[in-house]
Amino acid sequence: MIELLQTTWNEVPLALQIILKIIVIVVPIMLSVAYLTLAERKVIGYIQVRIGPNRVGPRGLLQPIADGLKLALKEVIIPNNSNHYLFLLGPLLTLAPALVAWAVIPFDEGVVLTDLNAGLLYALAIMSLGVYGILISGWASNSKYALISAVRMGAQMVSYGIAMGFALVGVVLAAGSLNLQEIVLAQEGSFIHWFWLPLAPLFLVYFISGVAETNRAPFDVAEGESEIVAGFHVEYSGMAFALFFLAEYANMILISVLTAVMFLGGWLSPFQGIPGLEYLFSWVPGIVWLLAKTALLLFFFLWFRATFPRYRYDQLMRLGWKVFIPVTIVWLLVTGLAVMVHLGPWFD
Amino acid sequence: MNIEPIVFYLFSTILVLASVAVVTVRNSVFAALFLVLAFFTCAALWILLEAEFLSLVLVLVYVGAVMVLFLFVVMMLDINDTLLREGFTKYLIPGGLVAIVIIVEMAIVVGPENFGLDKFADPVARAADYSNTKELGMLLYTDYVYPFELAAVLLLVAIIAAISLTMRRRPETKYQDPAKQILVRREDRVRVVKMESEKIKE
Amino acid sequence: MNLKHYIKSFLLWELVLGLKLTGKYLFAKKITVQYPEEKTPQSHRFRGLHAQRRYDNGEERCIACKLCEAVCPALAITIESEQRDDGSRRTTQYDIDLFKCIYCGFCEESCPVDAIVETRHFEYIFENREDSIMTKAKLLEVGDRFESQIAADREKDAPYR
Repeated sequence: MIELLQTTWNEVPLALQIILKIIVIVVPIMLSVAYLTLAERKVIGYIQVRIGPNRVGPRGLLQPIADGLKLALKEVIIPNNSNHYLFLLGPLLTLAPALVAWAVIPFDEGVVLTDLNAGLLYALAIMSLGVYGILISGWASNSKYALISAVRMGAQMVSYGIAMGFALVGVVLAAGSLNLQEIVLAQEGSFIHWFWLPLAPLFLVYFISGVAETNRAPFDVAEGESEIVAGFHVEYSGMAFALFFLAEYANMILISVLTAVMFLGGWLSPFQGIPGLEYLFSWVPGIVWLLAKTALLLFFFLWFRATFPRYRYDQLMRLGWKVFIPVTIVWLLVTGLAVMVHLGPWFD
Repeated sequence: MNIEPIVFYLFSTILVLASVAVVTVRNSVFAALFLVLAFFTCAALWILLEAEFLSLVLVLVYVGAVMVLFLFVVMMLDINDTLLREGFTKYLIPGGLVAIVIIVEMAIVVGPENFGLDKFADPVARAADYSNTKELGMLLYTDYVYPFELAAVLLLVAIIAAISLTMRRRPETKYQDPAKQILVRREDRVRVVKMESEKIKE
Repeated sequence: MNLKHYIKSFLLWELVLGLKLTGKYLFAKKITVQYPEEKTPQSHRFRGLHAQRRYDNGEERCIACKLCEAVCPALAITIESEQRDDGSRRTTQYDIDLFKCIYCGFCEESCPVDAIVETRHFEYIFENREDSIMTKAKLLEVGDRFESQIAADREKDAPYR
């Protein structure tokens, strides 16, 4: 049976094979984005001593579908004096990078769409493109709120992108490779062998910068509903607005997966090398571990949103430039020394 | 069927058209966006040359950071393009002369006699695990370490110059210092006073 | 500005405290009231939709004294009156504009014969704008519908009047 599947799969032309693989990756992402919105409303509701949406379907499980249907049926209003092409291009340019970056994410050993040598750089480069959608839509809306938001977003993305890049240099230094699979394999061993421990400051800086990069609370100054109403998407409605929404959540999932891959050992079991426990959990496939780690990090995103008030803009800039970048540079030196002296149990 | 020429011609067409658009489009925001497109397609072409490190760094640095700041400035400009067109005939002659000089100079330096299939050997096909990031690092930190460090010092000087040019404090301006603000603890601001409750006399 | 402060800052201690608090509430008992199925308890003094009452023999209470019209701070009540064939004074028109009404309950307090009252009924809608005017007939109908509850509520509140 499996052989038959194998041979039929090999019969399929290469281009079609790739397209099928892309579908297998993108469809679950879109579904998880839909249900992440529900999870967010539920978690924030629970923290605020409410129960969140529970009317559509059993326990509110069909709520995302209802939301999607509503947005799909709404009219996309294009404002007068806006730049029509750029106005519609903006949401697309925001969503596309969030999906394209998944090409290099390894889901298990050898299970990856493109095993790129410079996978980490690719992910970083693609994620830095996400800002264009917001800049363009902010400018094309011809609204002062949207423009202010676009400017804020541009400055924020550039500032935190640097801290993020530096944190990743630390990972590259520790793993000795830019390939995401090799980075995971360099973390082999139990959970104390993962990079979150030797690179703890970089882990924190990366994750917090990730929150800033995805424009989530408490770094959502570009949205800032109390100051600039909704920022760059103030003029959008219907599906155009839905694309921004999808992009934000897809980016959250992406950042979480990348953090899991680079600092929490990707698909590796946390009990690897621990006698007893390792055998007990050996039946769990690697992708389950990766998804569990991703879900944990996503929960932190929601938890942050329910806990912290929004940063003031100048404090946000101060944190990025005057705290994160010095911290990462100092820890890069520390990591370099640790790698040089083959500090166990991570770098031996 | 070989897919490589198709990809090459597709991207190079886009690249040429986008580069032409950068200098012909009236709206400066569009020009900046076409420049972004040009960088991006250029990066795609470099990938075809198996120079993945350089192409990704091009995207990361130029597209992801430099052009964002560029757009940032351009978006804030309120340019009236009828005013821009006014001086066209006035500047045509000197501008045209400069353009011709540049073209001649470029033709001398990068003329057809320097290029061609007979001048360059075919690029060597590398194995899949060949990492040009590593090769580049090796070259930069061995053969070219001196120019590399010089470039770093030059950049450092530029950074310090930029900061010292913009750092001026006028004494009359009031500003906030977030560093000081977040250092404040409750104990600095609030004093809890314990008092005996006074009895109201009849 | 000392070492302790730096250690606390870099360990994100205050953020952890905040997260701890919200994390605790994640598991707290939820206070949501599932409205159409569950309802919050209501006082017998609740001021909802207006009604006009009748005496036990079916005679309407209102004597067209117009005290409620005078006291109404939102000018929501309009009354016209006329002598009836049996010599008693009765209203020919008694309208309350629910869009103007602020549900203050002054009309009820001013009424000498307990004719105009506010019931506990608050889940009413209208689909046409003109339906916002509660005419005399509509008020009497509401009164008939909720008479037992209205009477019980007045009974309960009597010691405090």
